[in-house]
Amino acid sequence: MSRAALLVLADGRFPAGGHAHSGGAEAAVKAGRVTGAASLEDFCRGRLHTAGRVSAALAAAAVLGVDPVRLDAAADARTPSPALRATARKLGRQLMRAARATWPSSELDALAREFPKGAHQPVVLGLAARAAGLGALDAAYCAAYESVSGPASATVRLLSLDPFDATGVLARLAPELDLVADQAVEAARECVDAGVDALPAASAPLLEISAEAHAAWAVRLFAS
Amino acid sequence: MHLDHSHDGPAAVSADARRPDGTRRALRIGLGGPVGSGKTATVAALCRALRDELSLAVVTNDIYTREDAEFLLREAVLPPERITAVETGACPHTAIRDDISANLEAVEDLEDEVGPLDLILVESGGDNLTATFSRGLVDAQIFVIDVAGGDDIPRKGGPGVTTADLLVVNKTDLAPYVGSDLGRMAADAKAQRAELPVVFQSLRAESGVRDVADWVRKQLAAWTA
Repeated sequence: MSRAALLVLADGRFPAGGHAHSGGAEAAVKAGRVTGAASLEDFCRGRLHTAGRVSAALAAAAVLGVDPVRLDAAADARTPSPALRATARKLGRQLMRAARATWPSSELDALAREFPKGAHQPVVLGLAARAAGLGALDAAYCAAYESVSGPASATVRLLSLDPFDATGVLARLAPELDLVADQAVEAARECVDAGVDALPAASAPLLEISAEAHAAWAVRLFAS
Repeated sequence: MHLDHSHDGPAAVSADARRPDGTRRALRIGLGGPVGSGKTATVAALCRALRDELSLAVVTNDIYTREDAEFLLREAVLPPERITAVETGACPHTAIRDDISANLEAVEDLEDEVGPLDLILVESGGDNLTATFSRGLVDAQIFVIDVAGGDDIPRKGGPGVTTADLLVVNKTDLAPYVGSDLGRMAADAKAQRAELPVVFQSLRAESGVRDVADWVRKQLAAWTA
């Protein structure tokens, strides 16, 4: 394997559609819950330990060879908001395209056939990591990092936040990212024997509820 | 043109000329240019001019609303199922150049749902003079500027003005009112673009979108040749 492939996959410029999504930050900014660097950090911490944790475990489990169709159903069950399920599939489809072009793989082809309109993004991410020769921990890091880097860069645009402050937020979250990635891999290993019920099911009700409201806005900068 | 591309697998990747079932996909033409230069009006006029002879569809990239898509729907230039809006996350140029995933998804969905299509027009959100389309997304691109935006734009150049397959200088009817020198714009455009074509158009004139529609027909003839 090449560890450097992780840099390619985790790069914010990897062309997989993420730039049009705020990870709930746009709704949180509008509601006055994110107003600057400190509240952005709180928001990201919350997302990391809920949506981020679940995504990281799903991605790691896909790398370990757990059936992606079962993982996709597990992701559905862990995403109450229909708007967020649609977003996860949309992003999964877009990541699938980029991953197949970058690391051609019969497993990715098979998943694309199974879900022509997209599987959940973390599941695709795990198979993409596998195709790139990366390990479960790499995929977990990638998913966990995406769960906070998306909202951080979106908030720079939404609030005209100082980009150095946003990057500082991400740096301060690094030790927690380590922790979440490690725990995700642990859960994924358990899932190999015990099934998908061993995966975490942490949820942030406000993220789910505000995603539903956001999806109905007539004027918005981000798709989610 | 990307006639030589091919890719195996259940779905086309991006610029592939063939669809998964082996048929030729639609020609994709991008329209970019600054805010207010008349991109949507040009798209609407093209739809009216071409819809009786071609099967066509439109993808719009609005910056923060569905206004452009809704304008086209309101004007009823095409049935609603032939118009799709893509959301661009505050970065219209990213969605047409650096990360074209959402736009590719939109064009493929249109071909799946209302195809077969001859032509898909992809309209960029209003942007700046550096915004160009990726060759992975479109086969040819039109850059639309207007005389009221300043007659120095062709001289200033930039990727859109210098490299677009067709440069459209729109709203020529306004030139006398805004003090724009059309002769100077034409000379500057010629200097920047050498042999690449330039069309001066006023959609209020009788000729309307005729020259641009003729150019599109030529692109399509080359695509299907």
